[in-house]
Amino acid sequence: MAVTEVRITVYPAGINPKEIAEKVKEKFPDQVVEVAEFRDQVSVIVKKGQSAAILRYLHDDPFLSLDHLQDLTAVDYLNKKDIRFEVVYNLYSMKYRHAIRIRAQVPENDLKISSVVPIWEGADWHERECFDMFGIDFIGHPDLRRILMPEDWEGHPLRKDYPLKGPEFDKDWPGFTDVIKRSKELREFEWEG
Amino acid sequence: MIDTSTMGLIQVEEDVKILPPNIIITSFDKIINWGRLSSLWPTTFGLACCAIEMMATGASHYDFDRFGIIFRGSPRQADCVIVAGTVTKKMAPIVRRVYDQIPEPRYVVAMGSCACTGGVFRTYSTVQGCDSFLPVDVYIPGCPPRPETLLEGMMMLQEKIRNERARWSPWR
Repeated sequence: MAVTEVRITVYPAGINPKEIAEKVKEKFPDQVVEVAEFRDQVSVIVKKGQSAAILRYLHDDPFLSLDHLQDLTAVDYLNKKDIRFEVVYNLYSMKYRHAIRIRAQVPENDLKISSVVPIWEGADWHERECFDMFGIDFIGHPDLRRILMPEDWEGHPLRKDYPLKGPEFDKDWPGFTDVIKRSKELREFEWEG
Repeated sequence: MIDTSTMGLIQVEEDVKILPPNIIITSFDKIINWGRLSSLWPTTFGLACCAIEMMATGASHYDFDRFGIIFRGSPRQADCVIVAGTVTKKMAPIVRRVYDQIPEPRYVVAMGSCACTGGVFRTYSTVQGCDSFLPVDVYIPGCPPRPETLLEGMMMLQEKIRNERARWSPWR
């Protein structure tokens, strides 16, 4: 009988996220604004200028090896914080099984941040969604278009100052008002029962 | 006085004539409506979670086929469309295009709260009821409706077709 040998390399369990935060602080002392902790989840709040370099370091460092971008999204802190937007990166290491959250501050008057598609290929659609919903411009993204809303949609719906019911009815998306107009025109061709 | 000489009536006894076998007298309305309601083919067009319930209704436990309702993959060979789920503004032109391709006579069933009124989604992206751009025949409430409710709705549509008069052309 053939014997199949399976070798599993077990890496040591991951390091505490607080230590990862300390490492980031050591490496980029002037970029880290704050290290926030909530229910054992550690977030490192950083300035957006060097965010790509910080994320590249977290991805490439052999002892951190945060090779998996779990999620990329943004938060609108309108009337809650001085700097309105934060882009959130949830990182995870497949190898060491540890995780960290990085939050990059993006002020309203300068809605730009470096793209992380060169680091994690999967960030492509996340950044497109972020651009669609918040209007944050990702510099260096290969194909920054709207992903969920129609391409000629006006406004960014997940911003806190966007009306929940959308724009006024007469200023509705032209693609939909056209459908209503056409349905009225085609009404005469219907068979009336 | 009806001329019975050309109808091929068979005399069975004194003063009693009957129709030969396999001849049925009815009205066009009745026979056409019966044909339409007995093979109502909806086009396969699910939009959201209501589509799951619609599929469950089509499966063997509830069995749409016993009503002659068979899902058709193409709107051009379908008789009705079940708008099953939330219609977003981005999807509305496509729903309308599917409806436009269905040949007359055609029927629309709005399935679920979202298709009827927009449901809980009173938001920027959702159409507040697909009757804003489609002529809806039957509204089925529920979130999502149970398969029994969908069956009831389709039976109501069959009842509506059964009572139609002279729906044979756009000019009557």
